Amino acid sequence: MSLLIKNGRMLDPAAGVDEAQDVLIGEGRIARVGKALRAPAGAQSVDATGKVLCPGFIDIHVHLREPGFEYKETVASGTRAAAAGGFTAICCMANTSPVNDNRAVTDYILAKARAEGVVRVYPIGAVTKNLEGAQLAELAELAEAGCVAFSDDGKCVMNAELYRRAMEYTLPFGTPVISHAEDCTLAHGAAMNEGLVSTELGLRGQPAAAEEVMVARDIVLAELTGAHVHIAHVSTAGSVRMLREARARGIRVTSEVTPHHLLLTEEAVRSWDANTKMAPPLRGKRDVEALREALADGTIDCVATDHAPHALAEKEDEFAEAANGIVGLETAVSLLLDGLVRPGIIDLSTLVTRLSTAPARLLNLPGGSLSPGAAADITILDLAQPFTVDPRNFRSRSRNTPFGGRTGVGAPWMTIVGGVPVWP
Amino acid sequence: MGWKRKDLLGMQDLEAAEIAEVLDTADSMREIATREIKKVPTLRGKTVVNLFFEASTRTRTSFEIAGKWLSADVINFSTSGSSAEKGESLLDTAKNIEAMSPDVVIVRHRAAGAPALLARHLRCSVVNAGDGAHEHPTQALLDLLTIRQKKGHLDGLNVAIVGDIAHSRVARSNIHGMKKAGMTVTVAGPPTLIPPACQELGVKVSHRLEEAIAHADVIMMLRLQHERMRGGLIPSIREYSRVWGLSLGRLEHCRPDVLIMHPGPVNRGVELAPEVADSQYSVILDQVANGVAVRMAVLFLLAGGKAQ
Amino acid sequence: MSFREKAQVLDGTAIDRALTRIAHEIVEHAGGEKVALVGIKTRGESLAGRIAEKISLIEGSAPPVGALDITLYRDDLGLRAEQPVVRGTEIGFPVKGRIVVLVDDVLFTGRTIRAAMDALMDLGRPRIIRLAVLVDRGHRELPIRPDYIGKNLPTSRREAVAVMLREHDGDDRVVIQEPAD
Repeated sequence: MSLLIKNGRMLDPAAGVDEAQDVLIGEGRIARVGKALRAPAGAQSVDATGKVLCPGFIDIHVHLREPGFEYKETVASGTRAAAAGGFTAICCMANTSPVNDNRAVTDYILAKARAEGVVRVYPIGAVTKNLEGAQLAELAELAEAGCVAFSDDGKCVMNAELYRRAMEYTLPFGTPVISHAEDCTLAHGAAMNEGLVSTELGLRGQPAAAEEVMVARDIVLAELTGAHVHIAHVSTAGSVRMLREARARGIRVTSEVTPHHLLLTEEAVRSWDANTKMAPPLRGKRDVEALREALADGTIDCVATDHAPHALAEKEDEFAEAANGIVGLETAVSLLLDGLVRPGIIDLSTLVTRLSTAPARLLNLPGGSLSPGAAADITILDLAQPFTVDPRNFRSRSRNTPFGGRTGVGAPWMTIVGGVPVWP
Repeated sequence: MGWKRKDLLGMQDLEAAEIAEVLDTADSMREIATREIKKVPTLRGKTVVNLFFEASTRTRTSFEIAGKWLSADVINFSTSGSSAEKGESLLDTAKNIEAMSPDVVIVRHRAAGAPALLARHLRCSVVNAGDGAHEHPTQALLDLLTIRQKKGHLDGLNVAIVGDIAHSRVARSNIHGMKKAGMTVTVAGPPTLIPPACQELGVKVSHRLEEAIAHADVIMMLRLQHERMRGGLIPSIREYSRVWGLSLGRLEHCRPDVLIMHPGPVNRGVELAPEVADSQYSVILDQVANGVAVRMAVLFLLAGGKAQ
Repeated sequence: MSFREKAQVLDGTAIDRALTRIAHEIVEHAGGEKVALVGIKTRGESLAGRIAEKISLIEGSAPPVGALDITLYRDDLGLRAEQPVVRGTEIGFPVKGRIVVLVDDVLFTGRTIRAAMDALMDLGRPRIIRLAVLVDRGHRELPIRPDYIGKNLPTSRREAVAVMLREHDGDDRVVIQEPAD
């Protein structure tokens, strides 16, 4: 099937391209890029006047919840949410039920994705059996089955010796280890960031140190083993400082940041809305500033939503008991276009890099480029599109977002995977 | 004039004028306790539900008496354990109660923010009777009433709050209320029991008892809970009571007209020596009496002037 | 709703004479028995104090005086736009078995007196309750009648009667007011 996208502005930072170009797609790949292309007979045509064509966005941190928690989300609903958010590929974390710590679960997820998914799905395997942090999972088989990285995300691998061995063991596979950096003793029982707000609200807080202690450890282990360690959802200025210093010394440590950590502080918790509760928690103003700076200058490599669907009952609860996490696939791009690009905190080209080129490179995934021959995974943006976040319209099964009602300008316009428009 | 709020969730929300209104109303209602027939018909036909998710006989009884003296129908609904343990969510429990059309629901819960969650979802008035370490507004109001009664005024007084500030809703509510009333507050305790960023609440922080109480007009001692030992926050109750317990000897260096207060129940021999608890400086029993007057005032202001 | 003054019906001297006459009537009616005065807050309290003083000039000793706040007994809580202020009751003597004369400034619908009687009964069982008012402006909604009246003042429903006393308002006068529209 041929598809011609005309009159759009093509933004491919990896190729250094930012200009009006037409794109012809054939057999799922980008066939030609040029000006005033003519559509071959039988080709469909899309008029992308005023729109921006980017390499398909990739979210490397998503909780699809299937198998085991299908009431929160499934591969089908999660991938539809991704498509509506402008993502052409997602990586799903292993904390399902059963945990993705053996290839049977990986195979199941991939089969579901093939049958019911609308965007590309890359599973992330567990580091330890059942996420218990005690024994290594069958990492080689998981890699063979198609896992693109390993992570016990949701939990931190507290045992440094075990984590070191996991890094060494997986080195030959070329798969990074993704760290949920949170010392569970310092974070124990905490519902939010430790500081004036937690003191006033009478909630137990976890200090930035809970994350930084583990970021420091993971950087040291990365140096020791030579492994590629990727820090998930960085949230503190101290973590940023350590990442900057480690990368300057050439250590193979990378990181990601969520949209909510770039846009909200702990002040949001005063509302007692448990949609402001997640791990790591929302931090202070200085942390948000450091994260924005780091995203702009590349100290933080990419944006990842940590899309964490939860049912209403799990969030409408006593704050300290409520489940951690919020959905993010359907709001990330709009919120970042409006909250960071429009006010000039980060330029569009950098954001596109952080959403597509960088994640692809980090996990050795196809994508991140619009050159001829590449798979036709394309995210088309409308920078002038006004939006209002309305959770009732989400494709996700869950509605747990603190951004309901928020308005702005800038949104995804069309999502194309393998040459096929999958949204709208 | 005229109370406008639907709920009483915390002292942090109240303005100084609102606090004064509660105290003045409570003052006027105090005499009901001295009558032979302790009843006024003001809340006749109104239903007050005590929804206590955390065990408390004293506060609950105080609210119950307050409601009954105002002729309200008072229902006690005690349940312990988290929603997870009971299998029914907080919101479901509350909505079930609301289906019975109460006018006021008084909530005590071990989770901070629980009354706020209920107030958002319930049509009736919600009173916070203590939510985790967050707030206990009627306690602070009765403390302020007691101080005002004994000293004749509030502004300009020095208050020392001593003990486990980090986990104390009584401390937080009193800090907010006292600052609005123009009082100077010093909190004192070992560093592990002082919450982060405490100074930013507008209080002085001291780690020496003698220093904190030297010029105090009011000393408020907080109850020490035994769990603090297990959390690695203090080494032993014995050491805590030696270093932080208020004894008669320590009182000798205080002002002769100092007031000793405690939200109760008192750990005799831990934070207060028995002789101090029973001394002429102690106004602990006045606090209890004022508790009923304050709770009558709160119920009146929330439910007395409203049509259903 | 705001009001403006329409006419003054009593000045300071007239008020004083009325209170003197009421004091004599109370004493005569009591037939030698001791009475107690209970003023309804706020202005009834001041009037009760003045009557007590006049009785002491007549009898040689003043009767006990108490003050009653009827806010908690009102039958219209919840119907008013603004929350009424609770002022507190101070009656420092037992009412049981006594002749109690309630004192108020203006008698209108009678509901305040109904509430006052309920409040008084909750404090004890008086032998007899009597009522003294400075002004009776008519329009009763309950079967209540005063025993001692300073002045009968027929009014229309939309008018208001304001009693001003020096303790509260700087001067002694009684005025009729009409709506200021």
